Amino acid sequence: MSDALSLAGVHKRFGDTSIIRGVDLHVAPGERHAIIGPNGAGKSTLFNLISGRYTPSDGEISLHGHRISGMSPHKINRRGLSRSFQITNLFHNMTVFENLRCSLLWAKGYGYSFWHMVGRQTALNEAADQWLERLGLAARRDVLASLLTYAEQRTLEIGTTIAGGADVILLDEPTAGMGLAERDHTIAMILEVTKDKTLLIVEHDMGVVFELADRISVLVYGQVIASDTPEQIRGNAAVQDAYLGEAH
Amino acid sequence: MLESIVFSVLNGLLYGMLLFMLASGLTLIFGMMGVLNFAHASFYMLGAYCAYSISSVAGFWVALIAAPLFVGFLGALTERFGLRNVHKHGHVAELLLTFGLVYVIDELVVLIWGQIPVNYAIPPSLDFTLFTLFGTSFPAYRGFILFVAVAMFAAIYLLLVRTRVGMIIRAALSHPDMVGALGHDVPRIFTLVFAFGTGLAGLAGVMAGNYYITEPGMAFSMGPIVFVVVVFGGLGSLGGALAASLIIGLVTTFAIGLNYSIADLLATIGLTLGDQNFFSGLVNIDLSRVGQMLPYLMMVLILIFRPRGLMGARES
Amino acid sequence: MSNRQSARSALLWQAVVWVLFALVIAVLPYVFTSSSSISMMSQMGVFIVFALSYNMLLGEAGMLSFGHAVYFGLGGFLTLHAIRAVNDGAWSFPLELMPLIGGAGGLLFGIIFGSISTRRGGVTFAMITLGIGSMVESSANMFTDFFGGESGISGNRVTDVTLLPFSYGPSIQVYYLIGVWTVVAALLMYLLTRTPLGRISNAVRDNPERAQFVGYNTTIARFIQFSLSGFFAGIAGGLFAIMFEIMTAPNVGLVQSGAVLLMTFIGGVGAFFGPIIGAVLVTYMHTALSGFSEGWILYFGLLFVFMVMYAPGGIAGIISAHFAPWRAGLVHRLLPGYALALVPALLAIAGLVGVVEMGYQLSLAYDPSTPIDLFYMEVDATSIGSWIVALVVLGVGVAGVLGASRVVRSRWGDVNRSMNASGERI
Repeated sequence: MSDALSLAGVHKRFGDTSIIRGVDLHVAPGERHAIIGPNGAGKSTLFNLISGRYTPSDGEISLHGHRISGMSPHKINRRGLSRSFQITNLFHNMTVFENLRCSLLWAKGYGYSFWHMVGRQTALNEAADQWLERLGLAARRDVLASLLTYAEQRTLEIGTTIAGGADVILLDEPTAGMGLAERDHTIAMILEVTKDKTLLIVEHDMGVVFELADRISVLVYGQVIASDTPEQIRGNAAVQDAYLGEAH
Repeated sequence: MLESIVFSVLNGLLYGMLLFMLASGLTLIFGMMGVLNFAHASFYMLGAYCAYSISSVAGFWVALIAAPLFVGFLGALTERFGLRNVHKHGHVAELLLTFGLVYVIDELVVLIWGQIPVNYAIPPSLDFTLFTLFGTSFPAYRGFILFVAVAMFAAIYLLLVRTRVGMIIRAALSHPDMVGALGHDVPRIFTLVFAFGTGLAGLAGVMAGNYYITEPGMAFSMGPIVFVVVVFGGLGSLGGALAASLIIGLVTTFAIGLNYSIADLLATIGLTLGDQNFFSGLVNIDLSRVGQMLPYLMMVLILIFRPRGLMGARES
Repeated sequence: MSNRQSARSALLWQAVVWVLFALVIAVLPYVFTSSSSISMMSQMGVFIVFALSYNMLLGEAGMLSFGHAVYFGLGGFLTLHAIRAVNDGAWSFPLELMPLIGGAGGLLFGIIFGSISTRRGGVTFAMITLGIGSMVESSANMFTDFFGGESGISGNRVTDVTLLPFSYGPSIQVYYLIGVWTVVAALLMYLLTRTPLGRISNAVRDNPERAQFVGYNTTIARFIQFSLSGFFAGIAGGLFAIMFEIMTAPNVGLVQSGAVLLMTFIGGVGAFFGPIIGAVLVTYMHTALSGFSEGWILYFGLLFVFMVMYAPGGIAGIISAHFAPWRAGLVHRLLPGYALALVPALLAIAGLVGVVEMGYQLSLAYDPSTPIDLFYMEVDATSIGSWIVALVVLGVGVAGVLGASRVVRSRWGDVNRSMNASGERI
């Protein structure tokens, strides 16, 4: 079975500085794959490479076997990959409902139409309402996105990431800044809405990682030093070294 | 033919250096603060008018020092009480503020000094002929302008690259938080940079106001060209501003000075076009008319193909 | 109320507003009957369409353009050439539909120039529009057949080719022609905001990166929005051409582009009706003030700078900010603050006007000692006393406003706290 997402020999240099120094990564379809690593390891850069914001200096990135490295972000998105961001990224001047509706427009085939009235598109609006229910945001339907609580914004953002039908989802620290209760709620919601999707998630919270992940890859200084099941990673000496340093 | 080329070159260089004096402040302000000061040419105009008023009571040489300082002071006030409040709303808001300032400053000039051009004259001490070339005299004042422009470039370069102040300023652009954490007052640095940039514009006004005419429309006639220069040279690059100023100065002067059309040029190599074909309208246009439009065309082209300009930093 | 019902009542409410809008336009000439009023209101119609088209870029899509007059002006020129063709008998096309020619011109050039401008965003985009605007304006004396050189292009709108039995010679007939086009164009632009393109333009404005990750090419979205805004700007240009029967090179230039930016921003970019307010207000102030004062541009500039700093949402933004308190029944709490600020504000404005008008009298008047007519008083601009009075009034006014603004701010804080507490959110 081919990978949902694969990176082969990916390098990224900015001028003279090498941030990603040869990464191989394989994510199977339906897998929940976590990327962990110390600060500065290059996790955000890696996400930006996969999602098309940066082009690899070397190597290839493939989605469902098709090469996506060097493609523009919207094309990658149309091929089935979507992502959330570290700093919550919503359409802050729109309501919750409108945010979700916008995420559905392309998927429902409306393109750049300037002759359809969105208000009268029954199927579109019903789909948006269904997503509201699924995300538990129905009560906040007509609230401006910028006025939501932090956890609600995160939830909405994950919703807009998924609603368009992408099946490979990149989540960048989805529970950052949350208290324990919110974190658990968010994780449960993520698990529910991404049931049959492939998930690639960057996280710092080890509790989340070990609860959520089927496989974990450890990124240190631009390279993947280990990629295995959680149990194996737990016991991996190199990983422990990377995290705890010489103190170990 | 040789005469007109030599004079076009000299005039083009002069115009280019004048453009550079204006453009340097603008590109510095952008490079250091990310603010595109739409009102830059208005401060230039203020420099000329202030020099006129000051030199009427205290002479040109006092005005040469005092006017740029005063304009810089006005720039500091603008930054402190205007821009500083608007930084938080982003670059578009800053651009809009300086855009509004154009109207305010340009009208205030009319309010204070009237509509008619004022008699801001070249000082007698500089009003002689430096040398004569091909029978036409080359005024000393032009030499003075060139001298000041070159000195300005050298001074800015040294200030930025060789002094501690310059280093701090350059650091404050890319890492304002870090520089702030090190104990430097970043908002004050921004005010100083803006004042310095507008002071340079004022100096350009002092130099140009008596060479050309000092009148209320001078900001509007210089403004767009200065933008072309900084964009062409690369926003934030001093060297780029110099190169672009000279290129555009020369190109505009040559285009205006040459009374040929494309058809004439083609004729010199033996190609004559019929009178009524589709292109006859275009190729018979006097190049001097095209000259006005050329800088803007160049700006648009470079923004399409190489938005960072000749020497600017790469767009993030 | 279910979603369906509330949607239907919202639709009804909007339809009522549009009908009212059309009715007001239809009835105005009976209230303001002088020919100068009719001419001014016709101008307002033209600039309403122009400003709304500009807000398709600035307010809806977050694109700051310094060269929008290109599409307005080129549309106008094209319309006048078409009218001349009918004048000369070379073509037959009804006058009522001439603005469509303008629209077609605006659309064509919007597509041409848009294809190069919209590849970049932010400040680069603004600079490109500035460059294109300057380029087109300065190319006017290259293409003298099209632009008519110094004297521009003129035509006669009484072409005798019309759909309806009017000559469109009298200005009242032109007013109604413009009025109909204003309502139609405004309605179309409003409906556009409710289409997928309109929504995605908003999305691109709010968050281009997120817009890409819901599958949209932000450049194409901007390009289409840009082209359509050129279409409507061209219609405004066509209306202008019909009204004034002359177009000159400055109509495509920077001053004209600056004017539409000013009126759109002052009116408010965040609401659909904002530019309408801006167009009406600025046209009124221009027409009413420019006869009285040399300084009307200065007043505008100051108003604009003031708004950029303190009210970036424009007049519409100020109005909209009061919706929530009004719904919560808390507006009365804000009134004392405003009342307190009212007198100092009037004093400050009076002092400012005094200083400005006296200044202009000194600089521009042939004989500065002639007294000027200010607030029904005769004021001598050369007397020190007048200046002292004006400056004192200005100073007192400004001080009073600063003090009152503190009260206004605390009242707003109070109201916001009450609204948060009761769970009322905008």
